[in-house]
Amino acid sequence: MENKAIGLDKGWDYMQKGITKLKRILEGLPEPPFTSEEYMMLYTTIYNMCTQKPPHDHSQQLYDKYREAFEEYISSTVLPSLREKHDEFMLRELAKRWANHKVMVRWLSRFFHYLDRYFIARRSLPTLNEVGLTCFRDLVYQEVHAKVKDAVITLDTGAYYSRKASSWIEEDSCPDYMLKSEECLKKERDRVSHYLHSSSETKLSEKVQNELLVAYANRLLEKEHSGCRPLLRDDKVEDLSRMYRLYCKIPRGLDPVANIFKPHITAEGTALVQQAEDATSNQASSATGVQEQVLIRRTIELHDKYMAYVTDCFQNHTLFHKALKEAFEVFCNKTVTGNSSAELLATFCDNILKKGGSEKLSDEVIEETLEKVVKLLAYISDKDLFAEFYRKKLARRLLFDRSANDDHKRSILTKLKQQCGGQFTSKMEGMVTDLTLARENQANYEDYLRSNSAAHPGIDLTVTVLTTGFWPSYKSFDLNLPAEMVKCVEVFRGFYETKTKHRKLTWIYSLGTCHINGKFEQKIIELIVLTYQAAVLLLFNASDRLSYSEIMAHLNLTHDDLLRLLHSLSCAKYKILSKEPNTKTISHGDYFEFNSKFTDKLRRIKVPLPPVDERKKVVEDVDKDRRYAIDAALVRIMKSRKVLGHQQLVSECVEQLSRMFKPDIKAIKKRMEDLITRDYLERDKENQNMFRYLA
Amino acid sequence: MPPRASKRKSAPPNSSSVTSSDGRSVSSKAKIKGLEKIDRLFNTYANSSFGMIDPEGIEALCSDLGVDYTDVRILMLAWKLKAEKQGYFTQDEWQTGLKALGVDSLSKLKKALSDLEKEVEKPSNYEDFYTYAFRYCLTEEKQKSVDIESICELLNLVLGVQFRPQIDSLIEYLKVQNDYKVINSDQWINFLRFCKEISFPDLENYDAIQAWPLILDNYVEWMREKHS
Repeated sequence: MENKAIGLDKGWDYMQKGITKLKRILEGLPEPPFTSEEYMMLYTTIYNMCTQKPPHDHSQQLYDKYREAFEEYISSTVLPSLREKHDEFMLRELAKRWANHKVMVRWLSRFFHYLDRYFIARRSLPTLNEVGLTCFRDLVYQEVHAKVKDAVITLDTGAYYSRKASSWIEEDSCPDYMLKSEECLKKERDRVSHYLHSSSETKLSEKVQNELLVAYANRLLEKEHSGCRPLLRDDKVEDLSRMYRLYCKIPRGLDPVANIFKPHITAEGTALVQQAEDATSNQASSATGVQEQVLIRRTIELHDKYMAYVTDCFQNHTLFHKALKEAFEVFCNKTVTGNSSAELLATFCDNILKKGGSEKLSDEVIEETLEKVVKLLAYISDKDLFAEFYRKKLARRLLFDRSANDDHKRSILTKLKQQCGGQFTSKMEGMVTDLTLARENQANYEDYLRSNSAAHPGIDLTVTVLTTGFWPSYKSFDLNLPAEMVKCVEVFRGFYETKTKHRKLTWIYSLGTCHINGKFEQKIIELIVLTYQAAVLLLFNASDRLSYSEIMAHLNLTHDDLLRLLHSLSCAKYKILSKEPNTKTISHGDYFEFNSKFTDKLRRIKVPLPPVDERKKVVEDVDKDRRYAIDAALVRIMKSRKVLGHQQLVSECVEQLSRMFKPDIKAIKKRMEDLITRDYLERDKENQNMFRYLA
Repeated sequence: MPPRASKRKSAPPNSSSVTSSDGRSVSSKAKIKGLEKIDRLFNTYANSSFGMIDPEGIEALCSDLGVDYTDVRILMLAWKLKAEKQGYFTQDEWQTGLKALGVDSLSKLKKALSDLEKEVEKPSNYEDFYTYAFRYCLTEEKQKSVDIESICELLNLVLGVQFRPQIDSLIEYLKVQNDYKVINSDQWINFLRFCKEISFPDLENYDAIQAWPLILDNYVEWMREKHS
């Protein structure tokens, strides 16, 4: 050995190399083990540094550096590796690191052994062994002991509940299982608050939830007699609420529940539709309409029931609102016996609102029901079809049902407006306003007559002037009016021209009503008939007996119309005319006479004329409007975008129109082709899928 | 497609006599001579009262060339001449066209026809020719579409050789469907694209979501139903 003193730095450098080698061995890196020479050199270096004469006696510094070596290694390597692991893995890592640490203490204390022999004893300091172990305790244990405790408990609890769950799932019904789960969670939570760190609570709850609820979610929910579906069916509100409570805390835990909720509703709804179909095909045709109305009612009830689940049990969660909406959208758009649901809904409203409709309901109930109907409308994609049917029926009600309740009329329009936008209801509102104006107008007309008594046509006339754009289109025929009525028309025209010169009046006789006194042998009976029917009857003032063809020639009507008219007067409930031959149907060779022997116990009877089926026309009109709407939407989009790809154009078009109806892709394509032919659009030369707006 | 010839109104003019030589340069003389020959050829077939070759003239030209007047090569000739009106060749069109072909006599024209076929088939020209074929059928002013019957004939003529199975099937469909009574230029262009891009007869890579015209969507549906 040299006499020269070893400097602290130089000596420590040498030690550091040894320490580093030791660390590498501990980490499992490829490193040859210490040779005896290496060991001796390390030991001797310490020995020398400690036995040098002051100020080169580095015992104290070496003692400190010994501790620092552990601290450094623990902070830089051991703790990070523990921090990044959890639960079981953390426990394993901890065990490994502890074993390593003991090895490290053993080796390092051997290298630094000389300190143990004199320095430590002299100063009464903790031994190298103690120092080593204390480092571990102070740094590692302090930090992770809470985590360790949790990990152990959680592991244990997890295993416990896993065992329990596997037996419960076999034996218990879904509600019972859920009850047990709820209790277990509660118990664990209480336990935690008593003797575990509060941060453990989440971990523990998660573990318990996992073992009880997540692992067995499908089996639980799908249980045949007590699972989610039966609970929904049987109104088990409490159990469903519990299900929500349990699963809402688990991330995505509600998905399986929603995934059962939606198809369940769809199935129930579809079953209702099927029932209606079957019932109608089984029953006689006179019951048409009844089954469909029943269907609407049942659909409303279904909606109420499941909406209640969504708001009460499922706490208005968006996932369930969405599931409900999508389910209803599926079956609400199915056709029933050839009628679209839009039409059924409109008929349903009509029945409620019209005088003498199939139900006599209180105002409140009517309001409520209408409210629900409007909600159902949201699920129907052909809203414009509903609007058109509704408008047609509204027109009939407004024109023929004078005493029907005004308030309801207005309130449903307000609701529809809220739901579907102003464009939807503007025409209908116009119709209602027209009637109010008509009353004023009528008063003015009567004033006019009073001041021009010579102009009076001799018959009391009430005219309702309709604004063309608001009302459905009606065919107007050139009916040959009886002379008496012709005068009425002229007089009114005269009056109307005093009010405004810029409007053209087109008379719709098919909508008029007439009160005629029938002078029958027994007594005079007032007949309430349509203008067309009146025209037929008045012919018999001039002739006793008329043939079908003569009537046709006089009145200038179509065969279809005339058949219906004559049927209503001679083959229906009230036989005002007698027919020869006396068969049940009208044929072109028939002859008609005024039936003077007719009588009835009432003084005034209404002779109805069944309306023509408007469905085909409504569907045609709506299709036509849709074509215009698609055109307008396409042009609007292209005008603002100038250049757009095909798919994007189609999807934007669908979106713009979605409030009113769901356009068919083919229809859009066809309109696009039409616009190309009309030079609004062109296809890009380079890219077939792009379109360009032509200003 | 040159329409059927109507009755002749006047007798065809005789060929004109050779011009006398004068002091002009050789090349321009040759040019003039070439132009004269072209004009002479023109006058052989032209209807003198109209000043252009009319359907009858074209028929005569065809028989002299040894091709049927329904032959696609006549359509190609019209394309080369950039003829505006179906069944007629104006003097300008004739001159420009024959000069571009480099012919000034009937025999040279005959030979040029087969070269013309190759020229048309070049990808850079083909689409132009194809589009021209449709325009050529728009005989009325402001006409934008062609009736189905004529389209079927045209398809057969123009694409039949290259895409026989597709065209046969498509023509069959066009005749049985009744959504469309006429075809517009956009649909016409897409017929060619269809033949070029879509695998046949499986139609595997056809996607109705793309911007194909509706008539082809319907055709593909019809095909798929037939073969299911």
